[in-house]
Amino acid sequence: MGEPSAVEPDRASGEGAEDAVIATRALTKRYRGGQLAVDGLDLVVPAGSVFGFLGPNGSGKTTTIRMLMGLIEPTSGSARVLGRPVPRAARAVLPRVGALIEGPALYGFLSGRDNLLRYDAADPTADPRTRRDRVAAALDRVGLGAAAGKKAKAYSLGMKQRLGLAAALLQPRRLLVLDEPTNGLDPQGMREIRALVRELASDGTTVFLSSHLLDEIEQVCTHAAVMAQGRLIAQGAVADLAAGARGRLVVTTPDAGEAARVLKERGAGDVVAAEDRVTAEPPDGDLADLNAALVTAGVRVRGFSVERASLEDAFVALTGEGFDVAG
Amino acid sequence: MSRAEPLEAVRTPSPLWTFGLLRSELLTTFRRWRTLALLGVLAAVPVLVGIAVRIETDDGGSLGGGGGGGGAGPAFISQISNNGLFLVFTALAATLPFFLPMAVGVVAGDAVAGEASAGTLRYLLVAPAGRTRLLLTKYATVIAFCLAATLVVAVSALAVGALLFPVGDLTTISGTRITYAEGLGRALLIALVVAASLVGVAALGLFVSTLTGSGIAAMATTVGLLITVQILDQIPQLDALQPYFFSHYWLSFADLMREPVYWDDLVRNLGLQALYAAVFGSAAWARFTAKDITA
Repeated sequence: MGEPSAVEPDRASGEGAEDAVIATRALTKRYRGGQLAVDGLDLVVPAGSVFGFLGPNGSGKTTTIRMLMGLIEPTSGSARVLGRPVPRAARAVLPRVGALIEGPALYGFLSGRDNLLRYDAADPTADPRTRRDRVAAALDRVGLGAAAGKKAKAYSLGMKQRLGLAAALLQPRRLLVLDEPTNGLDPQGMREIRALVRELASDGTTVFLSSHLLDEIEQVCTHAAVMAQGRLIAQGAVADLAAGARGRLVVTTPDAGEAARVLKERGAGDVVAAEDRVTAEPPDGDLADLNAALVTAGVRVRGFSVERASLEDAFVALTGEGFDVAG
Repeated sequence: MSRAEPLEAVRTPSPLWTFGLLRSELLTTFRRWRTLALLGVLAAVPVLVGIAVRIETDDGGSLGGGGGGGGAGPAFISQISNNGLFLVFTALAATLPFFLPMAVGVVAGDAVAGEASAGTLRYLLVAPAGRTRLLLTKYATVIAFCLAATLVVAVSALAVGALLFPVGDLTTISGTRITYAEGLGRALLIALVVAASLVGVAALGLFVSTLTGSGIAAMATTVGLLITVQILDQIPQLDALQPYFFSHYWLSFADLMREPVYWDDLVRNLGLQALYAAVFGSAAWARFTAKDITA
């Protein structure tokens, strides 16, 4: 289900192992001062996937992204992007990668258009003859066409974020690395970005998306990885990850105490009774029988359902903590 | 195996691409308000000197011999009222010890550190501009600023001099007469030598700029170093070290106004600037290409 097969086959694949767009082996970064930011990371991002990179702040996500982009030298381990080692082959790889790292960075005294012209001039593979057209197209794509001539320092946070995205879209890319792309955007802007990500993915671009918004990851990502304290806790297809956590049974009733007693009797675990709501781990066996037992015991059942496990449940199950990210 | 091209044919970079990056760098630098403000201040110096000399000499006679020179070293200033072209030499002599290198220190110090603190450096590097190429481009741009700053002073002085004072044939330091046209040629040559005198400070500033992620810190450090060296150059006990200070031979440009030109100190100056450029340029390269970009 989560296989990248829906996307056209990667025409560039040479040998079998090159299927992954990003592959790291025991990637480790220890900063001067001894702080271990990333610890033995084995990350595999399949071609054509929309890959969600999750983790609380300080879990090593940004350090990982910076190593993949050749900005930081790993302490040990190796990383390959688009089948080539980084940072050694960064010059060959990076023109095919669009990146938004830790938010946009702009020249405030230049217009939005001139900012993009400057970034495009820094790309050795960018054709200067098509530069103006490509810049205009990228601005239109993120909805900044009308504000292109405005100085970037007058941009709102959301507009800066869009301009950063436009910079990542100046050329056709095989991989987009987007670090918190919806930061500072209003709900409408978030929807647009999600639509853009889906559109890019359907063109065959692999999207590597870091976010602290779990539902965002769940809405657009086919695959995900979870990091905590510099280590990779889990990775795989989103459906598989969520399936790892079981759904919860929810009974809505004014007779919560009685319902909880019956559920425990029938073998339900972790029963939590609130005012008019009882939740529990569903026991084995047919849930219809359980409902009948409740009714027989005189519980006025108003609602009886199993809530699907979300990625958040999976995350809680994996880390034993909430995904309560500061900032 | 690693030779097998897993990437589809990317457009091969044109060898001229580096000039595109340089053009972008020049445009970006010279469109900053700070750069324009620095150039504006430099353009104002000859205006102030010219007006001051005009007021002093308005009631007849030339400047009293002694006091005029001041920090300007050679006594060009007393000649201004006779020939406006001397305002060029005076203005360059007045700005070279401090104003010009300070402006260069600001631009060079900000070159890498400013981009790092704004975060734009990481986007240039993932574009990917290439670290060596970006650094070379930055250095070339700072050198271009050295030249632009010197020419701004010279042109402003030339205009003010022609406006406020008579122009014509002039007398060299050695007492020989040269034509105004030849004087202009000498002035241009002097401006180029002054610009070249700033190459060492530019390299030093660029090196400092690679050490920190704060543009302000880099600018302050570079200007601080400049002032320190200028002070140390005045302490007689350090005369064994002084020939190695980048500012030691700066005022040798006056020797171009001798007939025949006295080359020794001029050559020493240019050699010293080349040495500074090589040493601090290499240090900047070693630092910048190995640096973790975390800003």
